[in-house]
Amino acid sequence: MSIAAWVKRLLPPVTPLVVVFAAMEVAVRMGWVKEFLVPTPTSVFHALFTDGAGSREMWEALLRTAEGSFAGFALSAVLGLIVAVVLTSAGWVQRAFYPYAVFFQTVPIIAIAPLLVIWLGFDLRTVVASAFIVSVFPVIANTLAGLLSVDPALRDLFRLYGAGRVATLFKLKLPSALPSILTGLRIAAGLAVIGAIVGEFITGGGLGGLIGVARREQRVDKVFAILLLSALLGVVMFSLINLAGRLSLRHWHASESAS
Amino acid sequence: MTAIPTSASTGGIGLTLRDVRRAFLGGVVAVDGISLDVAPGEFVAILGPSGCGKSTLLRAIAGLDRPTSGLLQLLDPNAKEKGDGGRALAYVFQDAHLLPWRNVLRNVAMPLELMGVAANERADAARNALEQVGLGDAMRRYPAQLSGGMRMRVSLARAMVTRPRLLLLDEPFAALDELTRQRLDEMLRGLWDRAGMTVLFVTHSIAEAAFLADRAVVMTRRPGRVVIDHRLTLGRERSGATRTSEVYVREMRVLYEALERGDRGEPA
Ligand SMILES: Nc1ncnc2c1ncn2[C@@H]1O[C@H](COP(=O)(O)OP(=O)(O)OP(=O)(O)O)[C@@H](O)[C@H]1O
Ligand SMILES: [Mg+2]
Repeated sequence: MSIAAWVKRLLPPVTPLVVVFAAMEVAVRMGWVKEFLVPTPTSVFHALFTDGAGSREMWEALLRTAEGSFAGFALSAVLGLIVAVVLTSAGWVQRAFYPYAVFFQTVPIIAIAPLLVIWLGFDLRTVVASAFIVSVFPVIANTLAGLLSVDPALRDLFRLYGAGRVATLFKLKLPSALPSILTGLRIAAGLAVIGAIVGEFITGGGLGGLIGVARREQRVDKVFAILLLSALLGVVMFSLINLAGRLSLRHWHASESAS
Repeated sequence: MTAIPTSASTGGIGLTLRDVRRAFLGGVVAVDGISLDVAPGEFVAILGPSGCGKSTLLRAIAGLDRPTSGLLQLLDPNAKEKGDGGRALAYVFQDAHLLPWRNVLRNVAMPLELMGVAANERADAARNALEQVGLGDAMRRYPAQLSGGMRMRVSLARAMVTRPRLLLLDEPFAALDELTRQRLDEMLRGLWDRAGMTVLFVTHSIAEAAFLADRAVVMTRRPGRVVIDHRLTLGRERSGATRTSEVYVREMRVLYEALERGDRGEPA
């Protein structure tokens, strides 16, 4: 892409940000808004980049949270996929177990996180479990939907040529379900970051732990800086999955390469 | 690893249907007492109004569905072993139904892959099948990059790649424009001429049935029964000239009148 194209692409999302930042800066400096309620963007910038040990602490926390989110997300992706495949193995299996998969969607993670600490301890495992619990259901549900909506004509064709269950799964059902699976993964990526941070509220450490500290110290500049970092993490994970999706689906639609 | 059944190219599979009936749950009777004999190597067109049970019949013949009652037998004069039926059959749907994640060559090789044929052997067979449908230079393309007519030709190549002895086609060219369809009809007739398999061709189009087949079976509206079982007198050679010949027009009228009668629900 040329520089002009990049500018054209980045301008729309960046403009509102610049406007809001400028408004915040002016509002606080003019004294219209108290600084302990809303930070100036410059102070957020300071907390992020030029605050010495404080800044370093934040970026290290980001890495920790990234670790927990990625691990929880990976667990969701793998287990969610396996669960969905098992659920489609027979009608009764799905009727028996799908309701319990739905359970994961309704778990109020804030309420259950303290329990996780009791079970798993004050460490990364609790964070990973928390990220997993909130992100696994979209993977299961979307994969399931994809596996169940395979073109019936193609199923017939596979039957006609005597394809076994394994061949049908790997050569027909999973590839057919790929777009749905990617949708599930995209949703799961964002949720995993939230889950990890909620877990860290309880265990301490990571961005979640740091937010707790900043909040107690009434440092809104730090809270905002941490929010930005968690958003960054979410965007990175989302983009990675989008990229993977773009690559794996590039042949599906004629227009894909053009967009 | 199974080799491509070479005996497959010799002759077709015959077919015997006696009082085949298919009723669905809820009471819809799709096919009601169809009796039909098809000789090995025959090209039979099946005509009938929408919803009269043509697809149901074809699926039953393919073994994808079971008749509620009646006898349905495939007669394979060249069968060496039993249970060989699966690979002797091929099925073409109204739409191409290709796998979008596979290129043309790998789409066409898919049936052989599922049957366990070795990779180099199936690539050769697929290439050969694609050349037969005139797509020798589109092998690396993906379905999304093809026109509807090209996709249908890929679908046809995929059906031919196992050298079937019974080819079942369910309104295969119905979604294409008239010219493309005529060209594909001619190509199919050519494939049949060379390979000598049995062909059952379901269509709505009187013109297509008359042009393609040696024999046309016209069905009544649902529940489907046979109105006429008509042998066409057009000779083996079919070309563009066939479409303007007098015999062709006369045959079309016969089929048209039978369809009319069938639509009023009058069997023969
Ligand atoms: N699985 C099914 N369950 C219930 N009814 C069915 C099923 N499949 C087909 N039918 C019914 O059986 C009848 C015949 O269907 P079929 O698809 O064989 O018709 P057709 O002759 O192929 O029609 P068309 O020309 O429109 O393709 C229809 O009324 C249809 O609704
Ligand atoms: Mg039909």
